[in-house]
Amino acid sequence: MNAINKEPEYQEIEVLLPWYAAGTLSRRDANRVEQALARDRELARQYDLVREELVETIHLNETLGAPSARAMERLFAAIDAEEARAPRHRRWFDLGSRISEFLSSLTPRTLAWSATAAGAILVQAAVIAAVVVKEQGSPSGPGLASAPSEGSYAVVRFAPQATADDITNFLRAYKATVVEGPLNMGGQLYRIRLSETKLPKEEVGKIVRQMQSESKVVDFIAAKE
Amino acid sequence: MQSTPDEVLIGRIANGDRLAMQVLYARYHVRVFRFVVRLVRDEATAEDVISEVFLDVWRQAGRFEGRSTVSTWLLAIARFKAISALRRRTDEELDEEAAAAIEDLSDNPATALEKKDKSAMLRKCLAGLSAEHREIIDLVYYHEKSVEEVAEIVGIPENTVKTRMFYARKRLAELLKSEGIERGWP
Repeated sequence: MNAINKEPEYQEIEVLLPWYAAGTLSRRDANRVEQALARDRELARQYDLVREELVETIHLNETLGAPSARAMERLFAAIDAEEARAPRHRRWFDLGSRISEFLSSLTPRTLAWSATAAGAILVQAAVIAAVVVKEQGSPSGPGLASAPSEGSYAVVRFAPQATADDITNFLRAYKATVVEGPLNMGGQLYRIRLSETKLPKEEVGKIVRQMQSESKVVDFIAAKE
Repeated sequence: MQSTPDEVLIGRIANGDRLAMQVLYARYHVRVFRFVVRLVRDEATAEDVISEVFLDVWRQAGRFEGRSTVSTWLLAIARFKAISALRRRTDEELDEEAAAAIEDLSDNPATALEKKDKSAMLRKCLAGLSAEHREIIDLVYYHEKSVEEVAEIVGIPENTVKTRMFYARKRLAELLKSEGIERGWP
């Protein structure tokens, strides 16, 4: 193993390690880092420290919770007040048909033709955000606005081919609600509330197993404290 | 394949579409809140700030040119608003907070136990970094922003982004060392 320790190239690579760990480097820079890591033990050890920092930074941020409903109520009250004072000029369009056109285009076939997995993730985030709004309607809807506290929860990754209707029907069937997401772990995980009261562990496990069997809609699911 | 959904939403918001505003809010409010609360260290202030951020989006959506991603644009607005909110707070309040942060890092019976847990100590030291260092670490590790995007959000050159991140990590290692955790770097 040839050490490149303390040479200018080492220092250049060393400062890039946090972005390499987060997956936000260009392909070219990522290749440079990969090659350097393969031949320099000290750099590899340094990378382990970066990964520890990344994991704990995510953990720390995930414990920060979410804003209360007050923030959203304030926002939409301010928007209403502005619109009442000076309504903005709007282009005429049929909003309902545009949304249904957008959602209906998110068929398995569309997704299969998606250029990248990242594209599919963005599309799915849009589908689920639309489901959340469709289900909860009002800006002050409880699940939209506040972080989960009481009740029983699970973390779910929906199947890439699941459409907005599939997800809506699935959530209705289990009386579940999307309360948070996408969580910052690849951008595909959502926290759902299974019950507003805390259920026994065995019962949560039973519901999660039933949900897992719905492979058309659910790709991955796990109970979450 | 559709164009980027976030950009489509912004276009609809520019046309006064409240539903699109709700979708954008549902998608980003938690992440923006967490970014702001780490800067201002106060949940009530952070909630006020995110209302202001999304109200700015409602007002300025027509001016969004798509040169950066929507999330980068949101975080840049959020940072500006958070700094303005901090400036509005009195020096006395900030002194009390600084004292609380220092106290938070000192040893107590609970801390002695936590020392056994390296992960908990790492999180504690991350929380004890300066606002400048917390900000860059969060943007890189949690908000998954590239060097170029961090430069745009913070308003500094790309090389400064790299060196600031390096010094933030170095400071983190020093805090850990002062808590008895030697990482062997720098």
